[in-house]
Amino acid sequence: MTAALLFAQVEKVATPKLDWAATAPLLILCGAALLLLLISSLTTSRPARGTYAVITVLASAFAIGTAGVLWARVTDAERGAFTTAAGALTVDGFSVFFIVVISLGIALSALLADDYLRRENLDGPELYVLMLLSGAGGIVMAMANDLIVVFLGLETLSIALYVMAGFNRRRAESRESAMKYFVLGAFSSAFLLYGIAFIYGATGSTNLGDIAGFLNANTLEHTGLLLGGFALLLVGFGFKASAVPFHVWTPDVYQGAPTPVTAFMASASKAAAFAALLRVFVSTFAEYRLDWQPLIWGIAVLTLVVGSVLAIVQTDVKRMMAYSSISHAGFILVGVQAATAQGVSAALFYVLSYTFMIVGTFGVATLVSGKGDEHHGLEAYRGLSRRRPGLALTFTVFLLAQAGVPLTSGFLAKFYVIGAAVDAHSYALALIAMLSSVVSAFLYLRIVVAMYMTDEEGAEPGPRVRVPLGAGVALGLAVAFTVVVGILPQQVVHWADRAIPVVLASGR
Amino acid sequence: MVDKIVFFAAAAACLAGAVGVIWSKNPVHSALSLVGTLFGIAIHFVNLGAHFLAAVQVVVYAGAIVVLFLFVIMLLGVDKAEQLEVDPLGGQRPAAAVVAIAGVALLALLAVRGVQVTTGESSKIAALDSGPSNIVLLGRALFTDYVFAFEVTSVLLVIAVVGAVVMARRAPKDEVSAQ
Repeated sequence: MTAALLFAQVEKVATPKLDWAATAPLLILCGAALLLLLISSLTTSRPARGTYAVITVLASAFAIGTAGVLWARVTDAERGAFTTAAGALTVDGFSVFFIVVISLGIALSALLADDYLRRENLDGPELYVLMLLSGAGGIVMAMANDLIVVFLGLETLSIALYVMAGFNRRRAESRESAMKYFVLGAFSSAFLLYGIAFIYGATGSTNLGDIAGFLNANTLEHTGLLLGGFALLLVGFGFKASAVPFHVWTPDVYQGAPTPVTAFMASASKAAAFAALLRVFVSTFAEYRLDWQPLIWGIAVLTLVVGSVLAIVQTDVKRMMAYSSISHAGFILVGVQAATAQGVSAALFYVLSYTFMIVGTFGVATLVSGKGDEHHGLEAYRGLSRRRPGLALTFTVFLLAQAGVPLTSGFLAKFYVIGAAVDAHSYALALIAMLSSVVSAFLYLRIVVAMYMTDEEGAEPGPRVRVPLGAGVALGLAVAFTVVVGILPQQVVHWADRAIPVVLASGR
Repeated sequence: MVDKIVFFAAAAACLAGAVGVIWSKNPVHSALSLVGTLFGIAIHFVNLGAHFLAAVQVVVYAGAIVVLFLFVIMLLGVDKAEQLEVDPLGGQRPAAAVVAIAGVALLALLAVRGVQVTTGESSKIAALDSGPSNIVLLGRALFTDYVFAFEVTSVLLVIAVVGAVVMARRAPKDEVSAQ
């Protein structure tokens, strides 16, 4: 009788359709993470050197491959962008672009991590597992079409990063940076969540498509709740992108975290933050552009100025690069502030080129720091051109690219964002960006001078620098991209142009 | 009528528990009194027709969180006498008094002027409607509109497990440096 009742009441819930091809990159990254855990728990003997790194790199390569297939599908005029999983994810050129950027960040950082972990006697699969899952979180942020999914992606990205920052437990700085990052990060997540609640209160939905639809169709009588939501969301995203005044964690965490992890933070994690910022603000809140543009304007100016000025007074190369990464965030914000298709495309180009530049920079820092991850002072780079001419030349390319010297991707990246700002009539901002780039050029040249023009006589020679295979491949790829795209940018620009985010209604 | 009886019984349990938390000398008794308060709130939820929240209240708060409290108390030592004369944070007591008075004043204002100072209707002690129960609705939302968010949470759990292992494992002894 009871059984009959139970069966009588069973009613099939129509579960939403999930496009497996669209989620394939995510599934590959998460699957590879689980595979690494399985391998390490099922095998008793230590696997061959570099097995974990190779699996991580292969997984990222596969993710990029599936992204290529998706790209063909979403840029096809007849099929176009679409949403999947009940409107939780948008699959458009923008998502695919960031899948590629973040997967590249994972692969290059894993190549750097391979030798680093052996050198520090920390070898094991955990760092790769966390890196893969963290990257998957970043991709979720870039694809998300719902603020709740953005938040979950951000948490997936961040919580794994907190652990990765404290991965080298023998170094007090590493543990300290993990603690700082965790406390401040949890605080900023709360801001983001509060902002999501405000936006939900103002628009009645967390789905980006529905929010955009609501804002287009209705005029709000009281915009206080919505504007409060904008401000709180900006705090949350600004923290992850290390924009001033939410940047205070950046120098300490970048300095304390294991250097390959710093490379990952500066590339994949920053890219994910900008992905969410662009999709949520530039596309979803396009209607209220005039309200949030001044906020971004102010943040961009502060970020540019504080980042480049404070970078000059540092003596630790990792700290210098932390401040310089703040000022680069300012440049990307210049593209965001324009809030035009041109601005978005410029920001995308910047994110992609910066990924290669910064992974390369921290890659060299990983090698020069030597055993114990200790030698990060400027003196460790003194006379590097004599000890390791190839490495010094590589580092010079990255530094010049960051400074924005022509014939590197860094120059074009800066050129495009400033061009977008000028076309959007933000002349003052464009001017400030140019001036700050001049100021920060001093910093990069200072390192170059230390490498090339310092007499090594008298100064004690720095540690011996070895270039292992994995890191060599990563540095080679990064240099190749920086120089080739610096000379022939057309293809990348074409991709970035077609990767403008679209906001689609969920169709619930 | 039954609603009201249940309400007052549960409210009494809440208050008794809350008083017990600050009254008992033994911290373990305080933690157990907290269970009384949390359980009373769970009954309120049932009374309001929020069955899912009631279950979560019992499982998460009365269950997991109080157990966590007890763990901490046991780890720190049950019989350690607490020094109550010195405040760890200066000005705690006056601040508490001010907040308490403000809270009571707010309650009094609500009781006296009720409708004029709040927006919307005054609250009723009853279930709101008789559609599908909210457990059914929540379950449906989780497996339809929010199925992706629900699944992504599993990635977070994997990270939590791996992260806990990484952070808790002892560093290899060979060259622990004391920096």
